[in-house]
Amino acid sequence: MLRHFRASVVMLLLMTVLLGIAYPLAMVGVAGAAFPGQAGGSLVEKDGKVVGSTLIGQSFTGEGYFHGRPSATTDTDPADSAKTVAAPYNAANSAGSNLGPTSKALIDRVKEDADRLGKGVPVDLVTTSGSGLDPHVSPAAAAWQIARVARARGLREIEVQALVNQYTEGRMYGLLGEPRINVLQLNLALDGLAKR
Amino acid sequence: MTLNGWAQIALFCGLVLLLTRPLGGYLDNVMAGRRTLLSPVLRPVERGFYRLAGIDPSEEQSWWVYARAMVVFHIVGFAFLYFLLRLQDLLPLNPQGMSAVAPDLAGNTAVSFLTNTNWQSYGGETTMSYLSQMAGLSVQNFLSAATGIALAVALVRGFARAESKGIGNFWADMVRVTLYVLLPFCLLLTVFYVWQGVPQNLSSYVEATTVEGAKQTIAQGPVASQLAIKMLGTNGGGFFNANSAHPYENPTALSNLVQMLSIFAIGAALTNLFGRAVGDERQGWAILAAMSVLFLAGVVVCYWAEAGGNPLIGALGVDNAAGNMEGKEVRFGAPLSALFAVITTAASCGAVNAMLDSFMPLGGMVPLINMLLGEIIIGGVGAGLYGMLLFAVLAIFLAGLMVGRTPEYVGKKIEAREVKFTMLAILCVPLAVLGFTALASVVPAGLAGPANAGPHGFSEILYAYTSAAANNGSAFGGLTANTVFYNGTLAVAMMVGRFAIIIPMLAVAGALAAKRKAAASAGTFPTHGPLFVGLLVGAVLIVGGLTFLPALALGPIVEHFALLAGTLF
Repeated sequence: MLRHFRASVVMLLLMTVLLGIAYPLAMVGVAGAAFPGQAGGSLVEKDGKVVGSTLIGQSFTGEGYFHGRPSATTDTDPADSAKTVAAPYNAANSAGSNLGPTSKALIDRVKEDADRLGKGVPVDLVTTSGSGLDPHVSPAAAAWQIARVARARGLREIEVQALVNQYTEGRMYGLLGEPRINVLQLNLALDGLAKR
Repeated sequence: MTLNGWAQIALFCGLVLLLTRPLGGYLDNVMAGRRTLLSPVLRPVERGFYRLAGIDPSEEQSWWVYARAMVVFHIVGFAFLYFLLRLQDLLPLNPQGMSAVAPDLAGNTAVSFLTNTNWQSYGGETTMSYLSQMAGLSVQNFLSAATGIALAVALVRGFARAESKGIGNFWADMVRVTLYVLLPFCLLLTVFYVWQGVPQNLSSYVEATTVEGAKQTIAQGPVASQLAIKMLGTNGGGFFNANSAHPYENPTALSNLVQMLSIFAIGAALTNLFGRAVGDERQGWAILAAMSVLFLAGVVVCYWAEAGGNPLIGALGVDNAAGNMEGKEVRFGAPLSALFAVITTAASCGAVNAMLDSFMPLGGMVPLINMLLGEIIIGGVGAGLYGMLLFAVLAIFLAGLMVGRTPEYVGKKIEAREVKFTMLAILCVPLAVLGFTALASVVPAGLAGPANAGPHGFSEILYAYTSAAANNGSAFGGLTANTVFYNGTLAVAMMVGRFAIIIPMLAVAGALAAKRKAAASAGTFPTHGPLFVGLLVGAVLIVGGLTFLPALALGPIVEHFALLAGTLF
């Protein structure tokens, strides 16, 4: 038994140094050299300031911006650390709603959003994502918002439509995943359009 | 359901089949200690490890010595990880200043990662320092996976050897898998994941000012290196709370495909290793065929349920064409979310790219059934193969009873001792699942857990104990599990699910290794054809169905009918 104990302790230490220290640190070095942007979190800067990450969704509420999906992330209640409060797109605490399909809370929430957004609204605009940080919406969900965005910005719908088309990503290699639009990138392009 | 969805499912299945044989051959060479491509680099490292640890890798261990070495290694690993988590606030690489992990949570987490379960009562980015993730959790991701593979190979040796006392050397098996298989693949996978967008840094969390001027704190960390082993080792514990639904942990459909392949690759390859070891690769393909039948049935049901969407949401005037999107990411949609869920629970991975708690009742029942059947559909690395081989022993025993002769499997007579230990292993998991679920469904501490009311709340409890006892680690995440009651009972369930299978399984391996090889005769039941595959699938379904149908009827099945009737909870 003692023999096994010694072997266990030594083996665990060796493995911890190799797999727990050397491997991840070497990978930090390699990743930072080969793909510095991705390794650093795919951050987006505007005028020298970090405005977010292309991979991480953020909250948009203004009429002139395309909105992402509802988000179920929360944060600690500043008044009482044992409680949580709703904090959409909290990228320091990813989470889904975990509401089941027969949950009254789910159906009430969806009803409220669907009534506000109108009949025929695409399902991704009234459902929360798994991470609460989904950076994308479906092409149908973007199309649903074109009229509102154009009106708020005083642009013609056809201009906004062209921008949406430009930012629509198809399936990878025509096969993998679903067609989608990155909301942050689209909105940054909209802001760029307005400046011209 | 779309043609594109089916095409992606077919692509995945085809790629797994393509990988099975070459990877099986490589694993076979590594585990037998033969020379491989990487030997010039790794052989000196391997020898150094043995020398420092005082191990003779050529020493053959009996099943009992093998089991003891494995158990002692787990105990030491537990102590190390527990104290690392308890002391993380005093240790370096903690830029966010995470406090020490509470005792019950640290204990639960240590058991969870040692048993290859990776049940998480915590959210990674709000609880763990980078050092805990790297040197604690990631290390056990490697070692628990290596242990699983070592154990499966030990059982295979039981079938392959004749009149032998030993079933191999635990230390040599564990070290070889880690150095020659897991680490090299993880190096490649990490670089691939970073290319796709997964972060790999030690920075503190980024403070961004959003386009609309709000503050957004974006969690960072050495994600890619942990992600690589989390998938390849079928561990499944996410760096982030949202696991592989998090865009940092699974940014693209391509990273998603590689993650899915990582889950199945080694498990599928081990069936081929089994075939090679017993001298007839068809035996391995027969096992893989039985797994595939069960897998495809699960994919069809789950994809159908999720692609159909939630009729209660459709009734509100919402365009449901994309399916049930609550808890799913747009880049994956219904097909890839359903496929991932079936894969992750067929294997004992437990990573998720969508929130299973929000799946349709029947869609969420498929992952549950996959785990209840014992995770023998590909299964965890190693665990799947030894689980399925135990069912093969049972199936062949049942067949023997029907025709009234002593059953044989790949040349070994299956007798009373093997069948007794097999049944012990097969019955312990239901005992833990049903016992604890019943307990949690009546005591106040248990009833405080579920987030959803009605039958779905019961499903959350049933899912938790199933996931723990099956060493899966996925969750119906609404359950508030970070309490002393759940952390404690789930830890016990995880230990039962690991050791109450492993130890009887090693006893079977020892008993089989000691037997003579029986020569095949005209009366030998062939175990490489469709008849055997059917028998094996039947044994799995009958044992699982008889045990768990009542519990399923109280959860997802009744919820499905409530949904059809429009009842809300």
